[in-house]
Amino acid sequence: MNADAFLRMEGINKKYGGTIALKDVSLSAELGEVHALVGENGAGKSTLMNILSGAVVPDSGSISLGHAVVTMRSPHDANALGIRAVHQEFSLVPQLSIAENILMGKLPTHGKRRLVIDWPRAYERARGLLAELGFAGLDERTRVFRLSVSQQQVVEIAKALAEKPSVLILDEPSAVLSKDELSLLFALIRRLRAEKTLILYISHRLEEVFEIADSITVLRDGEVVDTVRRDSIDQNDLIRMMVGRSFEEIYPRRRMSIGDEVLSVHGLTREGEFSDIEFSLHRGEVLGVFGLVGSGRTAMARSIFGAEPPTSGSIGVDGRSLKMRTPRDAVSAGISLVTEDRKRDGLVMTGTICDNVSLASFPRMSRGIFLNRKLQEKLVQGKVRELALRPQKIGAYVRTLSGGNQQKVILAKWLLCNTKVLLLDEPTRGVDIGAKVEIYHLINALVEAGVGVLFISSEMIEVLGMSDRILVMREGRLVGNVGREEASEERLLQLAAGVARAASAADVTPGVIATEGKA
Amino acid sequence: MRTTAPLLDRTRTIFKIRSSDLIFLVIFAVLFLVSSLVLETFFTSRNLLNISRQIVTNGLISIGMLIVILTGGIDLSVGCTVALCGIMATGLQRVMPTPLAILVALGVGLVIGFANGFFIARFKLQPFIVTLATMGVVRGVTYVFSETPQSPVDPLFRSLLGGGFIGVVPIAPLIMIGFYFLAWFFLNRTIPGRTIGAIGGNVEAVRLAGISVKGHLILAYMLCGFFASVGGIILASRLGIAQPSVGAGFELDAIAAVVIGGGVMSGGSGGAIGTFCGVLALGFIDNLLNQFNVQSYYQQIVKGLIILAAVISRRKK
Repeated sequence: MNADAFLRMEGINKKYGGTIALKDVSLSAELGEVHALVGENGAGKSTLMNILSGAVVPDSGSISLGHAVVTMRSPHDANALGIRAVHQEFSLVPQLSIAENILMGKLPTHGKRRLVIDWPRAYERARGLLAELGFAGLDERTRVFRLSVSQQQVVEIAKALAEKPSVLILDEPSAVLSKDELSLLFALIRRLRAEKTLILYISHRLEEVFEIADSITVLRDGEVVDTVRRDSIDQNDLIRMMVGRSFEEIYPRRRMSIGDEVLSVHGLTREGEFSDIEFSLHRGEVLGVFGLVGSGRTAMARSIFGAEPPTSGSIGVDGRSLKMRTPRDAVSAGISLVTEDRKRDGLVMTGTICDNVSLASFPRMSRGIFLNRKLQEKLVQGKVRELALRPQKIGAYVRTLSGGNQQKVILAKWLLCNTKVLLLDEPTRGVDIGAKVEIYHLINALVEAGVGVLFISSEMIEVLGMSDRILVMREGRLVGNVGREEASEERLLQLAAGVARAASAADVTPGVIATEGKA
Repeated sequence: MRTTAPLLDRTRTIFKIRSSDLIFLVIFAVLFLVSSLVLETFFTSRNLLNISRQIVTNGLISIGMLIVILTGGIDLSVGCTVALCGIMATGLQRVMPTPLAILVALGVGLVIGFANGFFIARFKLQPFIVTLATMGVVRGVTYVFSETPQSPVDPLFRSLLGGGFIGVVPIAPLIMIGFYFLAWFFLNRTIPGRTIGAIGGNVEAVRLAGISVKGHLILAYMLCGFFASVGGIILASRLGIAQPSVGAGFELDAIAAVVIGGGVMSGGSGGAIGTFCGVLALGFIDNLLNQFNVQSYYQQIVKGLIILAAVISRRKK
């Protein structure tokens, strides 16, 4: 802890209900520094930065800027102090133009009354700002909903920089950026650093952190593990600090017993998203899927499940060709999908554990339209016990559950309807490391019971740790099918980034190994 | 209040009343007590039975509205459905036996509901807009069917439904209470009922669980049309005349009852018991204001404020 540092956060505590989000966290950083915050999902990075940007009020602790203790009750207070944040969730109004979004709340006006907007000046200022940031290619009059997710990210950054903040918080900015855009962003960050801006950079992509950060603070389970200079540490140490255990402890080995083909996919195509996908999945196999942003991984999984039906191609389960148009067909064929965003399309948040676990198995627990509640209770309780769900009370509302337990509810739902093929799209996003390991064990138990698992993840370590084989996707095409033995971070990146660029694989930043855009 | 909710926490939920509900109950009890003491005419069996008859139509419409609101939707066409079905059940008695006339009217309610549900589910249109459109259409059809009020021809139509008594107990409220039991059972104990609640909670999760969302949405709006139809028929029977202009604003009373009873407009929350309490509350308030000779304009103001207060007391922290 540096007593003279520009920014000092001391003894920050924050609880949400019974869960401790941050415990006695202290952090100090200087102007003209890029300070990275790393840690697993749920380690508390975002909460800490939300506190610094005024979006969340801490339970206790103090923040000082340049020796003056400050209190922030709202993002407005933080802005007034020169702190701006770019969050993972965009705060743009889609129907408005880029210029209006960037200058929101400070649009130039005519005359003294400040009522009539001076559009020529507004556009000029927005254009100037975008050019200054190196994104002159964007037309400031375009409405935001027409932009790609990465362009929206750029607008979000421009908005944050419109008032020249002294502290800029970037929360996973690389998640939706392409390689070129990322290098533009890094150039911008270096320029801001030279202009004595403090940049707090949240990421869990370590190569990126090593490229841009001056110092790194590691968080784990809501506590600071340590703050280190970039050049005093290597990646393996950093991973160990983040995770708190070794690779072998996290990714348990399973009994290898790969059986017959259970899912076969031929020439699967959905126009504009992916084409000509061809692979087979066997019983007892974990097939990893890896790819850069926009590679079509999520779209492919959703198509196999019938959520967005393919335009052509065929899908077979157990050797029988299926005509799958809707999720209903998929469920009755024994395919299930755990979606990327469980709150958006996985869970009924107004319902209980029992409601959610039953959802795909109603035919099993009813006579006609009447629910057989004894049977329902028995079946659900069985799964809840099997998965060690907490709480074990099946009448508990899912919104009161932790991320890991919510994910278990979804898994329980699919286990209950005797699934043969499990499509997992980012199954460990937003759950803490303990729950992660439990989910890995669960996947292993399923696989040992003969389920075939398609495992999509943006965390390369996870894909490598869990998969028997790994499919690599690039720009909607399957470009690699790599066995466990030949798979390495480098090899996957080479394939994912394209053969032409393989020679310079070293400068393919894993920053672009990102989640699928939701545009 | 979540009367539909925890499936298996039966023993607990009976005793677990949310504080906002408790406040509501206490206010209601106090109101009841005070009015009984102040007004001699209030706590008389005559007045109470009167109230019970007056709330029937809103009570029935509210069941349908609850089902639709559970899916995250709304149905603005119920008031007009009341008018059309009431006037059809009454007017058609001239050309066919009364039971058949009633069946036709119920069928019309189902058809209106089907149309609403079909357009909403098939074309993914907003329920507010679709039912606003059908509201206009149905009102128009009502006047096309009959510009003038219709009186029932069959004397049994009056004496059996809205005007009938078993001993001292009026029949209409019994029918309503019966339907509330059915609604409670449907929403808590049947697959389609549980599914309708889940759709309002998260439609995408339901779709991805391999369940037909379209079918359940259409079912929900059909039930809503059905209940509005029953409400209309009983109203015509009770009043002994069916007006083509009746029913304006009924949709708002039904929405109010559902919301006061713990329903949430975004769907997924609310239940039959809560809605029943909402209907009762609105009925008592109407009756009280009448007894205190409050002008109807003021009544509307008071009702609006009560709805606001109820919603504020129930908002999520």
